[in-house]
This record gives sequence, structure tokens and C-alpha cells, in this order.
Amino acid sequence: MDLVNPTPANMEAINRVQLARHDKRPYALDFIKLLFTEFHELHGDRKFFDDPAIIAGMARFKGRPVAIVAHQKGRDIKERQARNFGMPKPDGYRKALRVMKLAEKFGRPILTFIDTPGAYPGIDAEERGQAEAIAVNLREMARITVPIIVTITGEGGSGGALAIGVGDVVNILENGVYSVITPEGCAAILWKDAAMAPQAAASLKVTARDLLLHGIVDEIIPEPEGGAHENWEMAAEIIGGYLERSLAESDKLSVKERLEKRYLKFRKMGAFERV
Amino acid sequence: MSWFKRQTDKIGEIAPPEERTVKTEGIFVKCDNEDCGATIYRKDLKENLNVCPTCGYHFRITARERLQLLFDDGKYDERDTGIAPTNPLEFVDKSPYEVRLKKAQKATGLLDALITGEGRIGGVRTVVCAMEFNFIGGSMGSVVGEKITLAIEYCIDQRLPLIIVSCSGGARMQEGALSLMQMAKISAALARLDDHRLPYFSLMTNPTTGGVTASYAMLGDLNIAEPGAIIGFAGARVIEQTIRQKLPKGFQRSEFLLEHGMLDAVVDRRELKQFFVDALAFVCPDK
Ligand SMILES: [Zn+2]
Repeated sequence: MDLVNPTPANMEAINRVQLARHDKRPYALDFIKLLFTEFHELHGDRKFFDDPAIIAGMARFKGRPVAIVAHQKGRDIKERQARNFGMPKPDGYRKALRVMKLAEKFGRPILTFIDTPGAYPGIDAEERGQAEAIAVNLREMARITVPIIVTITGEGGSGGALAIGVGDVVNILENGVYSVITPEGCAAILWKDAAMAPQAAASLKVTARDLLLHGIVDEIIPEPEGGAHENWEMAAEIIGGYLERSLAESDKLSVKERLEKRYLKFRKMGAFERV
Repeated sequence: MSWFKRQTDKIGEIAPPEERTVKTEGIFVKCDNEDCGATIYRKDLKENLNVCPTCGYHFRITARERLQLLFDDGKYDERDTGIAPTNPLEFVDKSPYEVRLKKAQKATGLLDALITGEGRIGGVRTVVCAMEFNFIGGSMGSVVGEKITLAIEYCIDQRLPLIIVSCSGGARMQEGALSLMQMAKISAALARLDDHRLPYFSLMTNPTTGGVTASYAMLGDLNIAEPGAIIGFAGARVIEQTIRQKLPKGFQRSEFLLEHGMLDAVVDRRELKQFFVDALAFVCPDK
């Protein structure tokens, strides 16, 4: 790609986007192997099909039963296609909610891991209510009584990421990004030129540091030297520490306190002035 | 209408939108429906609630026209008027976000893309939030998110029914992830409204797409739409580029969603008021 206007800010933003998308970056199933024991995947939404772009299941985290919900990208071409490049269909979001409700019923905390370019834009996804599936997850996650800890490990692609991203704590890996639209999509709309993606990435403020500054995330999880792809084990170990601490904090709260805290966390997001 | 004076005082030197529209409009309008193309007397179109008398095509109307159409005698009090957008990301594309905002404010006489009104519908006290498409494509940023959330919280406090009329291209890019988070903020407030067993009706008008559809527009106790409205999550062009196929005729139109089970009803604008009167009677406790 020819880069237009390669200022340091633009380059930093687009470099982070590229690291978040790095093809050697650990994905959810890699983290699950390194962080959990007794993992059993739970399939399907009980309505239409089992979306391979979303992983859900039960496991133990440091001995404690938890539910896991995550996006899953594929490593090689074949797996990537099978997992639809980590772009869920409505059925994936419905599976996610089904397993989260299961966890709520039996009092187990929910750990979600975000890494998706976005919800799948396709005819079948629209026919089966992509928007409705995302919307319902946003509403229901706001009132699920058990702790929900969200970790953005790679790409936080818009509504498709947020649909498993409402929780008590939202942390992001150092090279993770979170955005309302992909830099390429934004560049195509606002500049009518995909080569403006680095400028768009900088303008959209997608990096972990910017997200922290604007109150979108709670903490930045550091990555091993060079990035998480350089040392999966160490990356997982660092994430484990953050998960343990976040869980302990949410555990201390009563259900009422937890839901109030979760509500206020999102309630205060936004920037406006009173005139 | 005291709310209107207050509004114009704040923005200053802006002519009320009605006046400006009248000045710039001709006597005839051509129907926007390509298959129709009928020439319509503007007066006839207005009297027909901006629905083409020949083919039933629904012309887009402003947020103010929408509120006047829904409330009894067209009367309502505006709420949360003094909430204005800022430029939190210092966003610059081809023109700075501040310039886009100023232009939109001047063109619409509004501070941002949503008006909240409180009045009566069939005698029932109701809050209606109406989106204004002429304000940066009705995009949802922090102000839209805050005003809808305030409206929901007010409905909970006062035990009132809520109607949101969507007309939006989705989240506002120029406010980045802050726009995205409005989806979570509003949906969380709607969970509370639901917990309080208070009614919320969502009306989708042309267009309702992106993050607006994927949050409050699809969360109504009733989800209804005007005929022929584009409603969806992903934009048609993005889908075409992804799947490299032509989209089927009528894809993402109200009738398509109805057929796929995503809407309770498609309601003609000329029957909309009565629909809400009846729906409110259905959900409100008997007197
Ligand atoms: Zn016509």
C-alpha cells in the first residue's frame, strides 16, 4: 500500500493496527490452551447453526470454573475460511449469549476475548438479523448478574466486537485496537481513498493509549518485547495476572453493586458540552 | 411554542427551518420513486404527510415534522435542548469535524442529530426521540447517545412510554470509539427500562443502518418500520464488495425484514399515529 502523509502519529496508529492483525498473533484458542484447564467447547445457538467465528465453552481458570466467549480467527488459509476470518454471523452472537446465560444461571463468571475485523457483512447474516443479534447481546450483557471480564486481544472491530464486549472490566493488550470502523473503511468513506488508512487510523484514535485516554478501556495489558506474537506463553501469563485481579475486584461486589458499576461505566462514556 | 425560541436563541442568527424550506421550495415536486416519477403539487404532498399520492413512496421528513405528526395537535415540549457536540478526537478528514458540525447546525437549526419531545399521543403522556437525517446523515455520536439515555432515564423516573424514531446511517465516525460506546450505553439503559416493565416502541425510517440498528432500533417491545425503508447492519456496498455478488431486489427494505421475521409490522405513515394510539392503549395499564 502506498502511504499518503506518513507522519509519526499516522505510522504509529497503522503499525498498531498491523500488529493487532499479525498472522502469528495468538488467537483465542491459543490463549485458552495456555490459560485454562478442562476446557470444553460448547457449540451452537440452538436455533440455526454453530458459528465457527465464535468460540464458547466452560473451563477452569486457576482451578475456578468459568465460562469463555471469544472470537476466533483462523491460522492458515483453510482455517481462516472455515472460521470466516473471525467475522461472526448472528448465530455466533446468539451462541455467545446462550453460554453467557448458562454461566449466569450457575453463578460462574464470564471471560470474553475480542479479536475480530467486525461482524460479517453478508446476505445470510442480514436475513437472520445481524443487527438484532448484536443489539440483544448489548442489552443482556448489561444485566447479566455474574462478573464479566472483557479482554481485547487483537482487533476490536466495531459492533461485532462490542457484542461480546460489555463487562465490569474492559482491558486491552498493548497492541490491540478498538474502532467504530476499520481504518480502510473510514478512509474509503471520508477520503474516498483506501490509501488514507494510516491517516484514518490516527484520526479514529484506535490505539490502546488513546482508548485509555478517552475512558473506553480500564487498563492496558503490556505485551512481551516485540509483541504478543513473539512469545505466546509470556503474553498469556501477563493476561492471566490481569484476569485474576479483575475477577477478584468484581467478586467483592454484590450483584446490585456490580450491575450499578457496569451501568455507570458505560453511562459516563461520551464527550459533549452543556450550552 | 416556547421550546423553539430557546433553541434559536442559543444557536443565534439562524432562521427557523420551516421558513427556510418554504422560501427555497417550488410548487411541484417529482416523486423520488424512479418507477413512479409522478409530478405532485407540494401542497398535496404535505397534506398527504409527504407520501406520494400516486405510488405511496414515503418522502423523508425532518425530526420536527415527525414529532408534530405523532403528538396530539402537533404539540410537545422539547427536552434536553442544551447538549452540544464537541470534537473529542480532534478529528480531521477532508474538513475538520467542527466545520462539519457548524454547517449541520446552521442547516438544521439543531445542535445535533436528535430531538427529544414530550407530549401526548392519544391522550397518553409519551416521550419521543426523533433523529434528524439532515444532521451529518443522522449519525449517532455522544450527543445522540446522551440525549436518548437521558430520555430513557426520564421515562423510568416518570413511568412513561418511550418511542424512538430512527433515521440514521449509523455511528458517527468522527467521534470514533466514543460513538461505538453509545450503543452499549443506550442498550444498558433500555435494559433498565425493560426491567421496570415500561414500554418502548422503535420506529425505523429510511434509512436505519449500522450501529443504530444494532442497538436501540432493534430493541423495541415493538419494532416497526415505514414502507420501503432501508434497514440493516452492513451497508449494501460493503456486502457487495465482500461477497462479490449482486444483492437481491428489495434486500434490506422494510418488507424484506418483515418477511424474515425481523419486524412486528410495516406501517404506512398515514396510519402511523393511529397505530401508536392503539399500541399505547395495549401496553398502558387500564384506567
Ligand atoms: Zn410516487
